[in-house]
Amino acid sequence: MPLHFEARTKPSTLMVWLSPAAALLLTAIAAMIVFASADHNPLQALTTFFLSPVADLYGFGELLIKAAPLILIGVGLAIGYRAGIWNVGGEGQLILGVIFGGYVALKFGPGGGVWVLPTMIVVAAVGGMLWAAIPALLRTWANANEILVSLMLNYVAQYWLSWLVFGVWRDPAGFNFPQSQPLAPSALLPVIVDGTRANIGIVFALVAVALGWLTVGWSFVGYQLRVTGLSHGAARYAGFSTDRAVWVGMLAGGIAAGIAGICEIAGPLGQIFPTASPGYGYAAIIVAFLGRLNPIGIFFAGLLMALLYLSGDSAQMSLGMPSSITGLLQGLLLFFLLAADVLVQYRLKYIPSVRPEVRRAI
Amino acid sequence: MDRSQPYPGLADRLELRGIRKAYPSVVANDGVSLRVAPGEIHAVVGENGAGKSTLMKIIYGIVQPDSGEMLWNGREVVITSPAEAQQLGIGMVFQHFALFDTLTVAENIALAMPHDNPLNELSERISDMASKYGLPVDPSRHIYTMSVGERQRVEIIRALLQKPGLLILDEPTSVLTPQAVEKLFQTLGQVASEGCSILYISHKLNEIQSLCARATILRGGKVTGTCIPAQETAASIARMMIGEDLPNYRASKPHAAGKARLEVEDLSLPTTNPFGTALSDIRLLLRGGEVLGIAGVSGNGQHELMQVLSGERRPGTGSIRLDSKEVGHLGPGKRRELGLCSVPEDRLGEGSVPALSLAENVLLTANRGGATRAGLIRFDWIESFARRCIASFDVRCSGFNALAASLSGGNLQKFIVGREILQEPGVLIVAQPTWGVDVGAAIVIRQALLDLRDKGAAILVISEELDELFEIADRIAVIAGGRLSEGIACNTTNRDQIGLAMTGGRLVQAPDDGGAHALAL
Repeated sequence: MPLHFEARTKPSTLMVWLSPAAALLLTAIAAMIVFASADHNPLQALTTFFLSPVADLYGFGELLIKAAPLILIGVGLAIGYRAGIWNVGGEGQLILGVIFGGYVALKFGPGGGVWVLPTMIVVAAVGGMLWAAIPALLRTWANANEILVSLMLNYVAQYWLSWLVFGVWRDPAGFNFPQSQPLAPSALLPVIVDGTRANIGIVFALVAVALGWLTVGWSFVGYQLRVTGLSHGAARYAGFSTDRAVWVGMLAGGIAAGIAGICEIAGPLGQIFPTASPGYGYAAIIVAFLGRLNPIGIFFAGLLMALLYLSGDSAQMSLGMPSSITGLLQGLLLFFLLAADVLVQYRLKYIPSVRPEVRRAI
Repeated sequence: MDRSQPYPGLADRLELRGIRKAYPSVVANDGVSLRVAPGEIHAVVGENGAGKSTLMKIIYGIVQPDSGEMLWNGREVVITSPAEAQQLGIGMVFQHFALFDTLTVAENIALAMPHDNPLNELSERISDMASKYGLPVDPSRHIYTMSVGERQRVEIIRALLQKPGLLILDEPTSVLTPQAVEKLFQTLGQVASEGCSILYISHKLNEIQSLCARATILRGGKVTGTCIPAQETAASIARMMIGEDLPNYRASKPHAAGKARLEVEDLSLPTTNPFGTALSDIRLLLRGGEVLGIAGVSGNGQHELMQVLSGERRPGTGSIRLDSKEVGHLGPGKRRELGLCSVPEDRLGEGSVPALSLAENVLLTANRGGATRAGLIRFDWIESFARRCIASFDVRCSGFNALAASLSGGNLQKFIVGREILQEPGVLIVAQPTWGVDVGAAIVIRQALLDLRDKGAAILVISEELDELFEIADRIAVIAGGRLSEGIACNTTNRDQIGLAMTGGRLVQAPDDGGAHALAL
């Protein structure tokens, strides 16, 4: 093959940002192929798919409400990822936020005052943090792989929540559906844009972006995490503790996911379901990488992924396609992104074959 | 394609004509031509980055040239893989050995043979080869039990078993004691006398003068000359290598050593992996205003000593006192605060983060004082530190925003050493300060260490290059098998003594006649 990958002398800054764009373009092309195979006009279907969900203010509010948890968790995870700490337990940590914060909401919400909501948020953050502390502890104490531990704890958390909602938390007036009582008004997040469901959770996401940006780009702690992620040898020489990096990286993700969890039940859901999260904890992993582990990038990546969620719903209604197309396109997006990222470190080079007139040595 | 001889009666074993290889940022070889006669030991000399390694990789088929021709015994060839090179009869011994630690010598060699060989038959051939060339090696020994010198013997035997017409040796003596070097030269002489050509890559000019018939000198990817080393002086070859005269060290006046700054007593450190070396009963006393050199064959505990002194690992038992304060329990950051800085041997894997800029690399160790405010990085501070470091230590780079990975080895090493020196340490521990660094940069680095010493700092230099230690150290100690000898003044010992102590002899002070006989084995 005359086409070769050749290592670049330094990573291409242009490709770092061009690669998500290329991934998006390829995903759009793949989507059109899927639409065409289902007998839709591909271009028209694509437009419907991406634009119809945000055609009005309400839709835009929905976009923000879906983007907020993705951005929040994405920023939290990115802090760990930069240190080479692979927390894939965002989903479980989110659910722990639901369980811990939900307990406060159900127990104190009905009689509660202004302190209920802040308490819920703090307790939810603690819940997510504790769940993230398990893989952190096992990693630092027993060198257990944090990817596997955090991933498996997702299932534990999911079953714990199901057990609660199918059991003690089930709404007696709920016709036996697995759902809690609706949360009391004092336990609900205030809406910030009239005519939409957009609530204060969006502000939390923006605060997370700002804090993340400060941590990653400006703080010495962020620098230490980055060095640990880039080079264990250098971190050891400098005296930056790897264990501390594990703790900071895991807990940042846990806190963010816990808060995202409480924002779901105290926001758009208004009560606790076993399926409190439509996979935000997993989608946030894609958001983090799509945003280049950079909080500003994660902000835009979160909006894009939220749009994919909404489009899946509208595809069901307007195109008559299953909403699982969201999962398909999310997966393809990550797949194309990883493929395009090769060009950050390598370039394609055309190398003509060896001169034919000289025979090979053997 | 069978060509008629281009030079009747003068069939070179290998001829290169106008070899060119360009990488995106650098032309590694530019019109390189080279001729090696059968049975000739030919040196390829040049600074780091001159293109020696690329040229050897081209000959061995690892890298394809962009243009140029290669003739093997007068016949044009294109070598596209090491396997083809081996079949032609080209053998190579790499600077970093390619042996499996957990396999035996015979198993390792069997892996490299083109055909399946019964192990016992191969073992016999290995033993024959070993005794013929005076390279004692037991075919049934496991590699991990062997010293670096012994591993090199295995590599050489492996190459010789293929009956090569050309043997390429890349910096073969950098890991050997002076005595082992002598032995190696005898072997190479014998190999060459049987008609095998040898390409000998090195930057040690005295070795080239004693071993090689001819030399080709590279600078910046181009051939700057060929010579008969025996007819040249080291200085004249060096001039061809670096394009100018070697600078001299500034004279420094002799002075009395100051107060004790670093004291180590009865220190021991168990190993954490089967290929490491345990340290036992280490004692050393380092005074202000002196350079203590630690010599030794690599793998004898230098790495562990470095780690335990810098704070990366805590000692098993024993004490480390810095300016009379116990620091054994402290990590690297705390020790640095107390004035103990270090330069690790691996500059890309430890001393710097390749993917970060020079300014960001400042923060790796120079992170006290004004570097941060309220937990936030002061970029103006680290940038001005980096600028100062670049200017004071002649670091050639595109500026403080250059990635560490973009610097040549020598320039990055200057930056790292400079970064530590600018922190004004009371004690500086340096491992392999000039390993793989070009001659010019090595002199800058050694001069910087001497200047720091003259200001009253205590310096510990761990090096495998004896020449270097004799150049800059006031006292020399030897580490062997995880034990450290008493340090003795440089002017009361010599290379032979140190060399013998490196292989396990006891180092004692030589009598005034400088004879090596005072060595107790």
